[in-house]
Amino acid sequence: MEFLGLFNYWVVIVLMMIGFYIVICSNNLIKKLIGLTIFQTSVFIMYISMGKIIGGTAPVLAEGITLYSNPLTHVLILTAIVVGIATTALGLAIVVRIHEGYGTVEEDEIHAKDKQA
Amino acid sequence: MESFVHVVILSMLVTTAIAIVRVKDLFAVTMLAGIYGLLSASFFVLMDAHDVAFTEAAVGAGISTLLILTTLSMTGRFEKASVKPQADYRPLLALALVTVTGALLIYGTQDMPGFGTADAPVQTHVVPRYLNDSATEIGIPNVVASILASYRGYDTFGEVVVIFTAGIGVLAMMMSKASSTPVVQTSLMSDHVVLRIVSKMLIPLIMLFALYVQFHGEYGPGGGFQAGVIFASAFILYAMLFGLTEARKVVNNTLVQLLSALGVLLYGSVGVVAMINGGSFLDYDFLSADPVAGQMLGILLVELGVGITVASVMIIIFFTFTARSQKAGESD
Repeated sequence: MEFLGLFNYWVVIVLMMIGFYIVICSNNLIKKLIGLTIFQTSVFIMYISMGKIIGGTAPVLAEGITLYSNPLTHVLILTAIVVGIATTALGLAIVVRIHEGYGTVEEDEIHAKDKQA
Repeated sequence: MESFVHVVILSMLVTTAIAIVRVKDLFAVTMLAGIYGLLSASFFVLMDAHDVAFTEAAVGAGISTLLILTTLSMTGRFEKASVKPQADYRPLLALALVTVTGALLIYGTQDMPGFGTADAPVQTHVVPRYLNDSATEIGIPNVVASILASYRGYDTFGEVVVIFTAGIGVLAMMMSKASSTPVVQTSLMSDHVVLRIVSKMLIPLIMLFALYVQFHGEYGPGGGFQAGVIFASAFILYAMLFGLTEARKVVNNTLVQLLSALGVLLYGSVGVVAMINGGSFLDYDFLSADPVAGQMLGILLVELGVGITVASVMIIIFFTFTARSQKAGESD
């Protein structure tokens, strides 16, 4: 697996930038949130890739095994995922309220309505 | 072979992400996001992170997809094309910004240690201590669980409070109208015989599996976070099939709200009991005469608290969203 080198990190950056692009460029608030999720998952992939040791195994102690992958990054990401869904839910709740208030979830239409008012 | 699978999964992730950018139908985007979650879960398995993969499969592919779909049912399925023609410069500008940022970040990766090296800085600081000493200090084989609940117990307490707060936030924003009148069911999935029978068989198994994940988390992959999400998915499945009114008979609003607070309270109380016994906050050594037994007891209780809070917050979020969307459907 030597040739993999920095491949993981490059994929992470590509994914992160795709997520970033959706967040900046998409007009639809729900799609923006999905972009944010992609961005977030790319960070998860980075942490987990950093923790992997070639030839290591999952960090559950067992006899006869000496090389384990890094459990600390797993803990950090495990909690981040659940906190991530909780905050996404909060974001979606805000989107629903915006839809009730403005009748749309498209950013430019919301701005147009704000200007009229 | 393993590196082949590795490259394939990462390429599929990139492909899915590009498809999400291109597709305008938000229903398809949501499904692609679910696939993206499942692919990243498979990747985590490949990286030896079974606990993380568990969580990502339940959250990324399951609950988040459901929540986005429920939101879509209220806000409409299609992304509209931009109305203003002068907004056309935006994609190009954004593309330029993203390319420059990406190029800079890739330049930055040159300094990173190669993938999978055992002497990388991330492997050499606190981790050897966890791997070498946790067997004697904590006495449970799953190092992820001992770090999560004991070594970094403060952190996890913070995360649980964040989840609880997010649950309260969703309630505060969406409850106001939803709870005033009883919701009349419009369409039910319970006419579908196959769905109804199969899920009635599945729901007890899902719950049993959640309990296994909860209480076996010290010995294998699992723990409160995963178990909470899996447990909640059993109730969500029930609510999807038989309607919210039926599901509320099983778990009513007050009960889940109380339970979500109870989990945080249980976690905090374990810490306080340790303080009363003469230790510092969340120092489980003081819970029992034997430090290792104290650690086991502390981790069990703390994980239970996490599980209860996560499960109830997930149920609260889903029920609140569904109630709101049914209200929206009625007023149309």
